[in-house]
Amino acid sequence: MLQIFCPHCGELRAEEEFHAAGQAHIPRPLDPNACTDQEWGDYLFFRDNPRGLHHELWIHAAGCRQYFNATRDTISYEIFETYKIGEKPSVTAKPKAAAPGEQA
Amino acid sequence: MTAINVYQQRPEGGKAESPLFHAGLADAAGKGKATAGIQLRERKLLGHLTIRGDGHDAAFAGAVHKATGLELPGALTLVSSGESSLQWMGPDEWLLVVPGGTEFEAEKKLREALDGQHIQVVNVSGGQTILELTGSKVRELLMKSTSYDVHPKNFPVGKAVGTVFAKSQLVIRHTAEDTWELLIRRSFSDYFWLWLQDASQEYGLAVKA
Repeated sequence: MLQIFCPHCGELRAEEEFHAAGQAHIPRPLDPNACTDQEWGDYLFFRDNPRGLHHELWIHAAGCRQYFNATRDTISYEIFETYKIGEKPSVTAKPKAAAPGEQA
Repeated sequence: MTAINVYQQRPEGGKAESPLFHAGLADAAGKGKATAGIQLRERKLLGHLTIRGDGHDAAFAGAVHKATGLELPGALTLVSSGESSLQWMGPDEWLLVVPGGTEFEAEKKLREALDGQHIQVVNVSGGQTILELTGSKVRELLMKSTSYDVHPKNFPVGKAVGTVFAKSQLVIRHTAEDTWELLIRRSFSDYFWLWLQDASQEYGLAVKA
């Protein structure tokens, strides 16, 4: 089982306490009425599905019930970092050690 | 400003039933063996108040301290004084547990002290209950039931965590050396009661009044 660090509780917790809630860092358009249908549709329905590094929204559902962000490798499931909402991720490129081929 | 309807939710003289009323804990009390490894007591019909606000704001922390006499606890901790306790539930949420019947008074005091601040106080007394487990085998029962590490090194007295338990979720509070409290939702109380009976079979279970 994975141990995930909750930035609010400040400790590692079992994976079963968490839920993934999709892609992180999706700002709501400031003026929805000014959006074209395509822009609004992209905002509502379209999400990235990368192979590799992905910033995701997670919730500590069984613990403090707070959302936070995680940077995860979608190939190896390695979680590089977790950080609070509003903070910037510190990992934006895959570290060299986890380069292609390792666990693909 | 929205009008908040603050009222006595459990009127004096009204008939109140705890979530485990149907289980007949009062009838079972005292009938278990004295040597039972687990002693269970429902701390029923207490006053539970959820307090939300900005914990980093000194005005908020000060007002909560003024109203409750308890310091706002940090992450995963619980402070208590007498029958009252204040527990960290999340970065902006705390749970105040007071003796049954005093929750209306406590809520009014909190609202008065926190007046004008961006806060929330909700009486959730009817929504949850507390099961108190004491005895030498309680930790072993918890080890069977939850994936959370309950070793004293990781779970000292005064710690309280929300976690998964059996196939559901609850809050475990370590209140004294061999005393643990389970804060459970009303609708799950029957499930946990059945689970605890089954899980404590090998240690012996005695119900206390």
